[in-house]
Amino acid sequence: MNIVVCISSVPDTTSKINFSENGTTFDSSGIQFIINPYDEFGLTKAMILKENSGGNVTVITVGDATVEPVMRKALAIGADQAVRINRNPKDSYSTATEIAKYLSENPADLIITGRESIDYNGGAVGGMIAEILNVPFVNACNGLEIEGTTAKLSREIDGGKENLSVSLPLVIGGQKGLVEESNLRIPNMRGIMQARTKPLQVIDPSNTDSLTTSEQFEKPAEKSVCKLVEAGNEAELVRLLQEEAKVI
Amino acid sequence: MSVLVYTENWKGSFRKSTFEAVSYAKETAKLLGMDVVALSIGDVSDDELNKLGNYGASKVLSASGIAKGDSQATSNLFAEHATNVKVIVFASTYTSKMIAPRLAAKLKAGILSNVVDIPFSTTPLTVSRKSFSGKAIEKAIVNTEKTIISLAPNAFGLIECGGDCNIEQISTSQTRSVTIEGEEIATGKISLAEAEIIVSAGRGLKGPENWGMVEELADLLGAATACSKPVSDIGWRPHGEHVGQTGKAVAPNLYVAIGISGAIQHLAGVNSSKVMVAVNSDAEAPFFKAADYGIVGDAFDVIPRLIDEIKKVKN
Ligand SMILES: Cc1cc2nc3c(=O)[nH]c(=O)nc-3n(C[C@H](O)[C@H](O)[C@@H](O)COP(=O)(O)OP(=O)(O)OC[C@H]3O[C@@H](n4cnc5c(N)ncnc54)[C@H](O)[C@@H]3O)c2cc1C
Ligand SMILES: Cc1cc2nc3c(=O)[nH]c(=O)nc-3n(C[C@H](O)[C@H](O)[C@H](O)COP(=O)(O)OP(=O)(O)OC[C@H]3O[C@@H](n4cnc5c(N)ncnc54)[C@H](O)[C@@H]3O)c2cc1C
Repeated sequence: MNIVVCISSVPDTTSKINFSENGTTFDSSGIQFIINPYDEFGLTKAMILKENSGGNVTVITVGDATVEPVMRKALAIGADQAVRINRNPKDSYSTATEIAKYLSENPADLIITGRESIDYNGGAVGGMIAEILNVPFVNACNGLEIEGTTAKLSREIDGGKENLSVSLPLVIGGQKGLVEESNLRIPNMRGIMQARTKPLQVIDPSNTDSLTTSEQFEKPAEKSVCKLVEAGNEAELVRLLQEEAKVI
Repeated sequence: MSVLVYTENWKGSFRKSTFEAVSYAKETAKLLGMDVVALSIGDVSDDELNKLGNYGASKVLSASGIAKGDSQATSNLFAEHATNVKVIVFASTYTSKMIAPRLAAKLKAGILSNVVDIPFSTTPLTVSRKSFSGKAIEKAIVNTEKTIISLAPNAFGLIECGGDCNIEQISTSQTRSVTIEGEEIATGKISLAEAEIIVSAGRGLKGPENWGMVEELADLLGAATACSKPVSDIGWRPHGEHVGQTGKAVAPNLYVAIGISGAIQHLAGVNSSKVMVAVNSDAEAPFFKAADYGIVGDAFDVIPRLIDEIKKVKN
């Protein structure tokens, strides 16, 4: 089975986010980049599927050379090869079209994306790839087993989950549940050594247009100072929530 | 031209998020001088469909015989009805998040997700959206004829306008691409996505056996329960309750955090709440920097007393 895992390289979750050039551009100075947390679940799942039923795992990223350390990390976790489409991503659609073009030339049985990126939070690339390739898409996927050419999956729905079966090829938007947190793979020494010599192919982009543009960023307004109520005086907290905040 | 809105139902009933999406569509349609058309998928009674008029839909297209979990069929259906449409609005639900991006690619329409307000300009269409997991607000522009907007949870509110709507049954000829085997839904619980109040607890509660007081407080307030990531990772609480940057992003009117330190990843997913209360035994806990109200104290003393006080005012 051919599995492609789409990896978005995002700021570490502890990062303080700042913008430069009058708030028009994300300021990446001093930022540590990581594999998008949702993509980590997908990558580990891909490794498990490969171990159980054989196959090949490719990780793909649309990005410039600065994303290569993140791709090497994915290789160290166990992907067989990496593909970098050499373009600075501009929006969800242009990113999805680049990946879909690669996939139409190099077909995969299972395409794993994350539910959303934790930076721009578009939540769109996976669904768009599926649409361009005209294959099914299941988002917020929190369970997946492959039986021959059929995938048995579950997806999160508000208040529970829905179980589905779909025939391959298929695109999923993955999240926790695909594998458990405690089973997430992290690179070990052997993996890191092997990753150095695994193929990382750089391909030229097709430079499709983007459909949306980010114009300006602002940080949310700072909260005012927290009003502290003495322990033992819970009645006062209830009064404040009723009369001042008017939320209960 | 019109504004099209997906009006999702759950077993035949709409939820607040549905009416919120219609309210949003109506306000946007006013800016554009257009009408609102709603698209409903699945069996919904005329009585229920008529409620959409009250939030501004003038026409409702009701399609049955199609599963909302089949993103290929549903996005094809939307595309069939999008010819004379300028903007398509989706609420922040899991199903919307499957349909909207597919539809965007199909129509080559720019998609803006996590939107928090009506467009402040229509040419080009410009909106505010949350990005960087709540750490930033972004002004984003659509460069295409049609626009797809998907809303951030609980960001807009309801606007009733007391209107009426015409209902039109539409037939679908979509081929099925997935088989829905069934669903597992926790019954009798308020879902996090809909909750006006959320009571959330963290590792400070020491073990799953101590959640009784959290649930009691939540029941009293008509609230949903949530938890920090480590609490769901160790299995004290179900995954569906995990909120934060890598869990659910929530925006209730009131968020009560009990024994949660206030790590940056936790706050990212909850800091859009209108009012936040922290209860923590450590006065230096970062949550107090983000909260509006706080009590420094042992949750095992504070929460039972808080429950008593709320019972007093509720009676
Ligand atoms: C409205 C909007 C405006 C933007 N404007 C700019 C801009 O001006 N400048 C800029 O530099 N960036 C911009 N971006 C970000 C850029 O589009 C992202 O880096 C792009 O990769 C997709 O982000 P997303 O949030 O849509 O991803 P999502 O759709 O949230 O990601 C879902 C999944 O898709 C996959 N995926 C996402 N991105 C990639 C990728 N690059 N390579 C491989 N797989 C991927 C991953 O599996 C990920 O988990 C913008 C994004 C949006 C949504
Ligand atoms: C990639 C990544 C993603 C992450 N995503 C998320 C996310 O989405 N959501 C999330 O929540 N976390 C996330 N985290 C984890 C986050 O960094 C914190 O570790 C986590 O939020 C801490 O959970 P906690 O507050 O329950 O526990 P702790 O940090 O252990 O805090 C417990 C708190 O309880 C207080 N306490 C102890 N006893 C009592 C008592 N008797 N009464 C009152 N208070 C008491 C303590 O003072 C302390 O402040 C992520 C981390 C990483 C690395």
